[in-house]
Amino acid sequence: MPHIEIESHLPGITGLLEYRKDSAAPIRELTQILLRGPSSLTEGERELIASIVCYGNECRFCTTAHTAAANLLLGETTTTASVLNDINTAPVSEKMKALLHIASLVQKSGKQVTEEAVQTAKNAGATDLEIHDTVLIAALFCLYNRYVDGLNAFTPGDPEYYKTLADRIVHHGYTRLPGGYDHLKNNPVQ
Amino acid sequence: MAHIKVPEAVPGIRSLVMYRPETGKHLYQLAHVLLRDDSPLSSAERELIAAYVSHRNNCMFCMSSHAAAARCLYGDESAIVDDVLTDMQRSGISEKLKALLVVAGKVQISGKSVTAQDMEEVKRLGATDREIHDTVLIAAAFCMFNRYVDGLATLTPTDPEAYKEMGKRMVEKGYALPDANGK
Repeated sequence: MPHIEIESHLPGITGLLEYRKDSAAPIRELTQILLRGPSSLTEGERELIASIVCYGNECRFCTTAHTAAANLLLGETTTTASVLNDINTAPVSEKMKALLHIASLVQKSGKQVTEEAVQTAKNAGATDLEIHDTVLIAALFCLYNRYVDGLNAFTPGDPEYYKTLADRIVHHGYTRLPGGYDHLKNNPVQ
Repeated sequence: MAHIKVPEAVPGIRSLVMYRPETGKHLYQLAHVLLRDDSPLSSAERELIAAYVSHRNNCMFCMSSHAAAARCLYGDESAIVDDVLTDMQRSGISEKLKALLVVAGKVQISGKSVTAQDMEEVKRLGATDREIHDTVLIAAAFCMFNRYVDGLATLTPTDPEAYKEMGKRMVEKGYALPDANGK
């Protein structure tokens, strides 16, 4: 049960973002720009960065949601699973390996990001903006994971829930649904 | 030197929001909503939570600037800020605020470290759902800000006077995007 009173039809982050909408607005907008805005990293690559941070923070709700989104965007499930298992042997470019490595350092602490880790990314062709966005995406998910688990938000066990959620964050994005979430009241989540 | 080409001589997060204002404006908006807009916790208390979490993350820039803002807001009682950063449990703040800072400190480690017992304790001392929510979100937000600032190795002034001025500006102007000169 969540630590505070959250509407029961809204699991995970959705219930928290609906609990306080004025703080939710900039969080949603920031996420939308970073993960869906114009970028030289694909949306799939950016969801991989989110996934590895959520996985490192052991946030089950966020990890399941963002790996589902990454899988949907990549059109297969092997890459995401390999990245979470071992960045070095995953079927991604050298540049992505270096960026994922930076993200996993940020997950531990900003201070862990070394000159060497950044240089490796630059040598593999990463631009300043790609490095910037990688660090900010990783930092943002350190916020999300703590928000969700720190308030013990409800984490559904039903895989179908995450399929629907992934579909929404891939096809609609991270902004609030125009009509809100009342329609979910008729579909209790397990 | 910062890991990427940000404006020179501009410290901390300000150099980053100038580098990418599209993301910067939402980061500042979030800081403003959480630390200045309506909340059952005072701005001084919320800046204290921000400084406490930044201190635990060893983020010198965020700790120094938010401690300076908190000292400014506490006015005559500004010594409270340093007492909390030195030994929170022995400081003169209320038992409720101590329990909220315990929760913030747990969030700093991981969201999963917040226990049902922590919640029982904080509620027993009179904290409302909204106070708990705001504490957790401020702590989580500073786990983001600290990683952003240190992860890109931004400029961290060492002169305490620089932070005094920053703290004053954060109290007077709130979290407004810097101009072209970083001011």
